[in-house]
Amino acid sequence: MTGVGLGASMLPNIPAFGKMITVEESLTPVDVALKKKMADVALNAAKSKGATYADVRIGRYLNQVVATRETRVENISNSESYGLGVRVIANGSWGFAATNNMDDASIAKAAEAAVAIAKGNAKLMEEPVQLAPQKGYGEVSWKTPIEINAFEVPIADKVELLLNVNSEAMKGGAKYISSNLFMINEQKYFASTDGSYIDQDIHRIWPTFTLTKTDAANGKFETRNALSAPMGMGFEYLKPKDTEKIKGGPVTMYKKRYDILEDVREAAVHVDEKLKAKPITPGKYDLVLDPSHLFLTIHESVGHPTELDRVLGYEANYAGTSFLTLDKWESKKFNFGSKEVNIIADKLETGSLGAVGYDDEGVKCGKWDIIKDGILVNYQAIRDQAHILGLTASQGCCYADSWDSIQFQRMPNVSLAPGNVPLSAAELVKNVEKGIYMFGRNSYSIDQQRYNFQFSAQLAYEIKEGKIVGMFKDAAYQANTQEFWNSCVQRCDKNDYRLGGTFSDGKGQPGQASAVSHGSATTRFNGVNVINTGRKLG
Amino acid sequence: MAILSKEEAQAILKKVIGFSKADSCEVSLSGSDGGNIRYARNAVSTAGQISTMSLGVSSTFGKKTGTATINEFDDASLQKVVKRAEELAMLAPENPEFMPPLGPQTFAESNTYNAKTAAITPDTRAEMVGKSLSVSKAAGLDAAGFLENATRFNAIMNSKGLFAYNKGTDVSFSVTIRNKQGTGSGYVEQGFNDVDKMDTLALSKIAASKANGSAGAKAIEPGKYTVILEPLAASDIIGNMFRGFDARSADEGRSFMSKKGGGTRLGEQLFSENVNIYSDPMNTEIPSSTFTGEGLPVTRTQWVEKGVVKNLSYSRYWAAQKNVQPLPFSRSMVIEGGTQSLEDLIKSTEKGILVTRFWYIRSVDPQTLLLTGLTRDGTFYIENGEIKFPIKNFRFNESPVIMLNNVEALGKPVRTGSGLIPPMKIRDFTFTSLSDAI
Repeated sequence: MTGVGLGASMLPNIPAFGKMITVEESLTPVDVALKKKMADVALNAAKSKGATYADVRIGRYLNQVVATRETRVENISNSESYGLGVRVIANGSWGFAATNNMDDASIAKAAEAAVAIAKGNAKLMEEPVQLAPQKGYGEVSWKTPIEINAFEVPIADKVELLLNVNSEAMKGGAKYISSNLFMINEQKYFASTDGSYIDQDIHRIWPTFTLTKTDAANGKFETRNALSAPMGMGFEYLKPKDTEKIKGGPVTMYKKRYDILEDVREAAVHVDEKLKAKPITPGKYDLVLDPSHLFLTIHESVGHPTELDRVLGYEANYAGTSFLTLDKWESKKFNFGSKEVNIIADKLETGSLGAVGYDDEGVKCGKWDIIKDGILVNYQAIRDQAHILGLTASQGCCYADSWDSIQFQRMPNVSLAPGNVPLSAAELVKNVEKGIYMFGRNSYSIDQQRYNFQFSAQLAYEIKEGKIVGMFKDAAYQANTQEFWNSCVQRCDKNDYRLGGTFSDGKGQPGQASAVSHGSATTRFNGVNVINTGRKLG
Repeated sequence: MAILSKEEAQAILKKVIGFSKADSCEVSLSGSDGGNIRYARNAVSTAGQISTMSLGVSSTFGKKTGTATINEFDDASLQKVVKRAEELAMLAPENPEFMPPLGPQTFAESNTYNAKTAAITPDTRAEMVGKSLSVSKAAGLDAAGFLENATRFNAIMNSKGLFAYNKGTDVSFSVTIRNKQGTGSGYVEQGFNDVDKMDTLALSKIAASKANGSAGAKAIEPGKYTVILEPLAASDIIGNMFRGFDARSADEGRSFMSKKGGGTRLGEQLFSENVNIYSDPMNTEIPSSTFTGEGLPVTRTQWVEKGVVKNLSYSRYWAAQKNVQPLPFSRSMVIEGGTQSLEDLIKSTEKGILVTRFWYIRSVDPQTLLLTGLTRDGTFYIENGEIKFPIKNFRFNESPVIMLNNVEALGKPVRTGSGLIPPMKIRDFTFTSLSDAI
């Protein structure tokens, strides 16, 4: 699942327990030697109480939000959440406890509480936890390769940029415009009884807006959201660069640099087209899906069903299970999609939200195939699941959204590889007789085993005999995951490859949010069922 | 430490207000103390306990407000957080929508607290989960569930002398029980303030019976059907409508409550005549706090009467713009119903579909409030007043506004996720495709 993430009532699920701090305070990290000392207190306390394994995460999570609407600033917040979580295995069972009192006695007490909980839970366990072996890395570090630390950019500059966005929108006839900038810095320290001491500094940024025009006479309104992507980058994402733009189509598309002012000017024009768009005639259409839209379809229909914890039933009471059961994987011939479909899990991709050096149980991250030439070949696993797949090491998919959340299996970046034959989006459109060209995420819904889904887009252009001839309204496609991916016939090449993503993929009870990217090039799917979602109220 | 009494909270808040040098100051102190257990595949997977308390200070000079929070409560820390809020206020841009703090108000004493719930220990939780597991294990089924409880308090004070305090408890439980073959699934969820009302054994038996009863589902054609929505299913959909009762978005022309040509649909007949919706924080079945975050009293409010929209919610700022009284929402939403049970509704149905719950509901069109989502964990075909056989899950595309125009009958309301909601019999409910999900 993923949060909608737009508008004041739907802000992404960033930790709410943060303490407000000044910008200056946020720029001073905790000393690594101190973190190592605190980690050792926790590990030693856990071992002395009988833990056979322990890991500790010391997290300092910084969040900055600048929110504006029309000519005013709605909210500026700069918050910090700092604390320590310790996880242990004792008597073959997991236990976890957390504290934000960072003195030695409190840390030791948390470790002891974790051991006590593990021993209590052990009585209800039918088999002990099996952990894939993991070597210790000693003292190592990793940092998101950013050019400009967004937390170092003065808030006044951010406010000015967003108010300029709003001003451009209103010049373009917008009745309402809200624009927001979300910045996250996770300063995470991990240590375990395997002998790892891992210090990581992770940055993410998400600029976005929603532009609204109303047609009071007819009681109608239309909106268009930004076509930006949340990225694992610094403030450089907001420095436009012509080489990172793809022009020539109905919409300017952005790779790793985003021109928010240009996008909002285009959005104002798009909303006029949306207000005048013709209702879609339901039926079968060939879909041309831009990465700004396709990422969410990949997320829901490939990312989630290949999560091993869902496959095994650990999410049955909330997010659900998966149609990609182990027998389908074991058969080595389950036809998930057409030969065009190569899906890769990648925890390293530069600029992506999921890129880290090591996961939250100290496993060095990597890259692997999930769907190879259309066949299901792998899942996403963590240390206590690796043996189920016959793996000798974890795939590094463990994540917790806070120091006080228990780490568990979360989705890595899961992406559709681009095509190997040179092909631009404009060339791809030329071959489509009757189709729809979709951009941006809108409504999305999928069942709990990930068979049946329905998606709509920010923009849906009609393609007729190879040409874009106008805009449709009320278009949503409904499909079955396996049928949909088997209808994938053509992918643009790597020059068209872009990332989309979400800050707020939700899973677990209590719920946790995770940030993840999905890359693809523009891709064509043939003969997909499209419905008209227009209704009338009395 | 996490749960302070009214007097303890008041003492801290007074101290904080005393440190303020701003034109106005609003302070909020809240804490919670609770725990949870999660289980899956008939065994506990995770368990935790957490206790938190935090203080937030909003200081304002003119129309410039700064907010700071802290989780330490010694005098030096309290002074520091006030100072930080004041520094941030100085740097903040003016907020043209700033509303000065309210003066002292009168609030009804809520009935959200239950001492037995507050006394829940990890052992109580384990015992409650044990009962659920005994059902699934004895029936040869697999259970995955979650039990969570908390005691919370919230106190607010401002420099104009307003003070309010509330303490509450809650316990919530949900379980999904599936058969070993993965061909049947059942679900229940329930929340209460009073733990004595929570019967994890009985609830798990319902989930188990649905797991067995839903196995071997047949596919029937999507289309328009008369549906009987269990209260949870009705709540899943209707919960998405309540936020549309916001006056500002209606006035701004971007809600289903907006009127063609401008204005809102306040006073219009928007639903069937048998639809009556109100909220009341003093309702004993679904009590909630009697004040908002800024100290506005929350009292009984009629939102819909005989299908006519009687009230929209106004923030203090929007109320001032429109020259009306502010009117807050309440979490205690009640849709009035009759005396009929779910079974009575089934008996009165010639042909229809019984829906246990919906899943993954998302807005498709905010102008008509069209929603999409799927049925889950027990969908059944009804003929001649009886459940005939389980059917495969459907995707629906339907608007709660249209749905509440097609009400055939409403049963006896029960407490569910978003309020006190009756089982509903609705005609012409739109299912658009089949799902293989179980």
